[in-house]
Amino acid sequence: MEVEVIKGLKFQKKQDVAIVGAGMTSFKRRLNETGRELNYYAVRQALEEAGLTIDDVEIVVLGSAPDAFDGVHMKEEYLSDGAGGFDRPYMRYFVGGGTAVFAPIAGYFHVASGLADVCLVVCEEKMSSCHPHPQSAFKYIWDFFLDRPLKPNLIWIFALEMRRYMHVNNVKHEDIALVSVKNKANALDHPCSHVAEKITVEDVLNSEPMALPVRRLDVSPPSDGAAALVMVAAHKARHLTDEPVWVTGVGWSLDTTWWTNRDLYYPRYAAESAKMAYKMAHITDPRKQIDVVEPYDPFDYKELHHLEGLGFAKKGEAPILTKEGVTQRDGDLPVCPSGGLLGVGNPISAAMGVKACEIYWQLSYRAGKRQVAKEVSTGLCQAWGDLMQISTVMIMSNKR
Amino acid sequence: MAVGKRKIECPLYAEGTAVSEEDIKTRKVTHYEDHPDIRYSWTAGQAISRFLNGLKEGKILGVKCDGCKRIMVPPRMFCELCYKPIDGWVELKDTGTILTYSISYIDPDARPLPKPIVVALIQIDGASQNMAIMHLIGEIEPEKVYVGMRVKAVWKPENEREGSVTDIKYWKPLEG
Ligand SMILES: [Zn+2]
Repeated sequence: MEVEVIKGLKFQKKQDVAIVGAGMTSFKRRLNETGRELNYYAVRQALEEAGLTIDDVEIVVLGSAPDAFDGVHMKEEYLSDGAGGFDRPYMRYFVGGGTAVFAPIAGYFHVASGLADVCLVVCEEKMSSCHPHPQSAFKYIWDFFLDRPLKPNLIWIFALEMRRYMHVNNVKHEDIALVSVKNKANALDHPCSHVAEKITVEDVLNSEPMALPVRRLDVSPPSDGAAALVMVAAHKARHLTDEPVWVTGVGWSLDTTWWTNRDLYYPRYAAESAKMAYKMAHITDPRKQIDVVEPYDPFDYKELHHLEGLGFAKKGEAPILTKEGVTQRDGDLPVCPSGGLLGVGNPISAAMGVKACEIYWQLSYRAGKRQVAKEVSTGLCQAWGDLMQISTVMIMSNKR
Repeated sequence: MAVGKRKIECPLYAEGTAVSEEDIKTRKVTHYEDHPDIRYSWTAGQAISRFLNGLKEGKILGVKCDGCKRIMVPPRMFCELCYKPIDGWVELKDTGTILTYSISYIDPDARPLPKPIVVALIQIDGASQNMAIMHLIGEIEPEKVYVGMRVKAVWKPENEREGSVTDIKYWKPLEG
C-alpha cells in the first residue's frame, strides 16, 4: 500500500470511494418546508439517482451551520429523521461555510476507512427562521470584547478582506464584478436557483452600498435548502453504475482565529488545504490537471481569492482569467458552472449542492444545460468558513 | 441493476415551496413566533482583562514572545505559534497605519445607518508586522481614507473610560 506523508499524515485507505448519487432542493430565501422535510427531499433524490433505498445506507453524516439560525439547539437531533439518521451511526460535522465540503470529506473517511460501504451525506440550512434577517444571528460570531462593542456587521470582515486584496494586487472593482455577472448568468440554467439573472458590471457597481467596497450584487443571498450525496465503496459502485465518480483527494486547513493579525490579501488556509488534497490526488499542476472548479463564492472577490489560493492563478492574476473568459462554462477552466452561491443561493452548509454535488454531476456528464463544453475527467470543489479562516477541498475524478 | 449510460439531467427535481416575509406577516403561512430573551455575562479572561484595564489608563498593551520574536496585539496569554507562555507585556504606541478599511452603510442587523461610518484594520506602532486591531476612523471624509494612512487614537476623557475598546472613540488622521 502506497503511503504519502504531509507533516506526519499517512494517506492510507482500505478501499476506494465513489459518489453514485446526489440531490438538492430548490434554494430560496424562504421555504415553507421544515429542515427535516427539505432533508427528506434531497435524500430521496440522491437515493433515486444511486438506485438505492434507505435500507442500503449504513452510516449517515449531517452537515449544518449554527443552531442560532434555526433557533433550536442540537439541531442534528431535530433533523435526524429527514436525514435518514435512525438506527444507524449518525453524526453532525460543522465548520461554518466550510461544512459544504467538510461533510463529504467526513463521508469519505467513513467509507475509505472500511467502516462502512454505503454512506449518506446530508446538509441542511434553514436561514429564514431567524427573521426578519439572519444577520441578527451572524453578529454573535464576533469576539465579545474586541469586536462587538464597535457594533460590527458580518459584512465588515469581507469588505476589509476585499479592499486588502484589491489594494495589494491592484485589482479594480469592475474586474471583480465580472464574477458576479458570470455566476448569476450560469445560474439561469440551474433549476434550483434563487437569484439567477442577467446583470452587467455596471449593475454591480451601482447596486446598493453595504460596506464598501462590498455592494449588494457582490454578495450571495441567505437561502433555505438541503443537499445530499451517496458515497460507496468500489465493490458497491460496480453494481450500481458504469459512471462512478471517484474521490481522489481531500484536504482542509485552519488559519489563526486572530483574524486581525493575518494579511488578508491572500488565503493561506486555502493554499494549505489544497496542498494536502493535491498530495493525496497526485496533482502537481492544478491548472493543467484539473478540468472544472467549484470554489466557494459567497462574494465575487472570494472566487478570485480562492482560485489564487488553490493555485489556479498566481497572486493577483485570477481576475485576468475571468476577464479573458477562461472561467466561463465554455472556457478552458470553467469555474462555478453551477452558478455558485452568487447565483443559485447560499444556504451555508447546503451549498454542498452547488459545490460537491455539482462537480459530481459535471464529471458524470449529468449536469444538463450546465454541462461544461470541454471534456472533463478531474474536478475540484472547495468551501470556506468558520471565522473566515478554514478551507475544505475535495478532488474527484471519473477515472480511477 | 447497473444504471449504465442513461441520459439523465441532475438535479432530478427542484422541490420546495417558496414563501415570502409578507406571507408570514399576513399569516398566510402557518407559523409560530418567539423572541428568546437569553442573558449572558462573559468574563474577559487573563490577557484581555489586562488589555482592557490598560485602555482605561489610556495605554495600548501588547505581549511579546521570545520564541518567534513577535510583539502581539491583541494580547494573549500564550503564543499560538510557539505554544508556550508569553514572555512579557509591552506598552505600544497609540498611533498606527491603516492596512485596509471599509465604509459601512449598515448596522449589525443590516439596517441602514443614519450616515456611513469608516472601519479599518490598524497596524499598531510598536507591534510586529500585520499586528492590527479593528476600530473606527473619524474626523475625516470617508472618501479621503486610504490604505497606508497614518492614524492616532482619540481617547474618551479619563472619567468616562470603562475598560472597553470604545475607550478609544475612534482614530483620526495623524498630521505631520
Ligand atoms: Zn512565539
